[in-house]
Amino acid sequence: MMLRKVIRFVQNEKLVPVYSSMLAIVAGLLVGFVILLLLNPSQSIQAFFTMLFAGLSNGPTSIGNVIYFASPIILTGLSVGFAFRTGLFNIGATGQLLTGGYIALLIGIRTTVFGPFTWLIALICAAITGALWSVIPGLLKMYKGVHEVVTTIMMNYVALFLVNFLVKQTIYNNLKNESLPAPADAVIPKFGLDHIFVNSNVQGGVFIAILMVIIIYVILNKTVFGFELKSVGYNKHASKYAGINVKLRGLQALMISGAIAGTAGAVIYLSDSLTFLKVQNTLPTQGFMGISVALLGLNDPIGIVFSGLFFGYLIVGGQKMQIFGLSPEVIDIITGMIVYFSALAIVFQNAAKRIFRMKAVDE
Amino acid sequence: MVFLLQQTLFFTMPLLVVAIGGLFSEKAGIVNIALEGIMVFGAFTGILFLYLFRDSLSGQNALLMAMMIAAIGGGLLGLMHAYATVSMNANQSISGMSLNILAPAIAVFVAKQVTPSELIPFRQKFFIESVPVLSKIPILGPILFERAYITTYIAIFIFIIALIIINRTKFGLHIKASGEHPQALDAAGVKVKRVRYTSVLLSGALAGLGGVVFFIPTSVEFSANVSGYGFLAIAVLVFSRWNIRNIIFTSFIFGFMQTVATTYSQISLFDNLSFIPAEFYRMLPYVTTILILLLSRGESAAPSAIGKPYDVSKR
Repeated sequence: MMLRKVIRFVQNEKLVPVYSSMLAIVAGLLVGFVILLLLNPSQSIQAFFTMLFAGLSNGPTSIGNVIYFASPIILTGLSVGFAFRTGLFNIGATGQLLTGGYIALLIGIRTTVFGPFTWLIALICAAITGALWSVIPGLLKMYKGVHEVVTTIMMNYVALFLVNFLVKQTIYNNLKNESLPAPADAVIPKFGLDHIFVNSNVQGGVFIAILMVIIIYVILNKTVFGFELKSVGYNKHASKYAGINVKLRGLQALMISGAIAGTAGAVIYLSDSLTFLKVQNTLPTQGFMGISVALLGLNDPIGIVFSGLFFGYLIVGGQKMQIFGLSPEVIDIITGMIVYFSALAIVFQNAAKRIFRMKAVDE
Repeated sequence: MVFLLQQTLFFTMPLLVVAIGGLFSEKAGIVNIALEGIMVFGAFTGILFLYLFRDSLSGQNALLMAMMIAAIGGGLLGLMHAYATVSMNANQSISGMSLNILAPAIAVFVAKQVTPSELIPFRQKFFIESVPVLSKIPILGPILFERAYITTYIAIFIFIIALIIINRTKFGLHIKASGEHPQALDAAGVKVKRVRYTSVLLSGALAGLGGVVFFIPTSVEFSANVSGYGFLAIAVLVFSRWNIRNIIFTSFIFGFMQTVATTYSQISLFDNLSFIPAEFYRMLPYVTTILILLLSRGESAAPSAIGKPYDVSKR
């Protein structure tokens, strides 16, 4: 009886995309393994399994580090995934993260009036900044029909150089060419997490990530507003006919997406784990990482938590690659392949159905 | 002034080549936001070739071979994009984005294995001191034919060929039909998938080649970052309204902005404006892109079947 129930649960049609994501992960990891095999044949198996289990090898310390790396990319993933659900491709999470992160640091370092609540004010202002940074692409998309992919990318580079300039003007540590550290009042409280995950980099940002996931889940699934946002994403014309203000909803969707990415910036920089806003000419990676997280998480808030944790786990594994004389970029190769494979969803969905003996979907 | 225009040419040519690459793909109905990643990958393969054969090869032949290899490298990624989007009906933006993640990762990973850092240097000098006779032409001579790079001529050559292909050949017509009304093309007995494959492959090859065109005149080493050039090329395409004749002018405008952004300190014209911080010059190309898009009439000129997988049953 029990077994039959399990089989019925496993064969649930709704789970097909989940299986397809898992197969994409396996395929991506296989590609990673082949690359290791080509470059370092003698140690490849050892290196591969070190990478695969690094996130657990040191007990709570490793798990704490996985959570530390996962928190910001769960947020950027949520930002991108939320936009996807409303029919928008927000590649601008990077820029929203940078501007939001800068404002959070500015408030954290330069204000004292809020005392122990400095971090909260900084966090809220980061969200507002992220939302404002996506207004221009939003307006261009809704009123001019300019595709948001091009505009949000351009806004990323504008944000990069603007934040470089502002950091130098206001919160600069010119010895290290980066921002000053966040003072104690501005660090997001850990509520004892550091005692559970001893010696790890774990930060309070994980609470913010979970809170945002819950908020977005409720908005998308339990409110009329969320229903309208999704409806605009599915079919603009039908939504308009049903009396929804399509342009306004689209703009709001992109602003909410920007706000989430802004909090990701605050989560990264309002920490005491020696992450500073660096003055450099390349974009921080967490924004683009969000795209991978969202796609693997099927743009679903709960799925994004899992895929964010998975990528956090992978990052911890990548850092161990230096032992074998390999650079951690092997992780990015695997990530790229996983995203590519999840784009080939039909192949993997059919494979999943074949494995679990369901009817194949038609191409 | 000559310096300014020469520099502008260096920044215009990669945009021109990559935008033409984007044009081939988008005219055939496939969105290609992988241009950025493909540029990186093309430059990586080409410059890796120069680095590995730095003792045995030099001069223009080495550069030409590097460009060929870059085109092949770019073509490979183009093939991946074509397989996902044409054969597998994958979401074109997602496939493109995955290549944007993949390409720089491979480049940095391999570069770290073959060189001490993640940069691949190329020490050879490839410019031509002065082209005989032609460099004596007043005004144009010094700009086009002194301290010139062969990449510039090849880019212009590619532009002319592409112009002929798109506007004067049957294949060009097939590409346009594949992007506007693939069902009609199919009904006329032409294989839509084959046309789309060829176009996306061409697109990848051109973007890869554009990567080399980007690095050779403006740098001494490869780094896995083309600072948003591939995306700028898409903006060029939008602003050119997918018309190949406009692309050369638009590329020139964008190339000029990039020149100002990187060489402002050497231009006497901007001496009086030295109070403007460096970062604002660096922002210029991206800000102007947004402003230009704000003024343009939007995407109404895009091929009508763009972004949609070809569905035979809708014929």
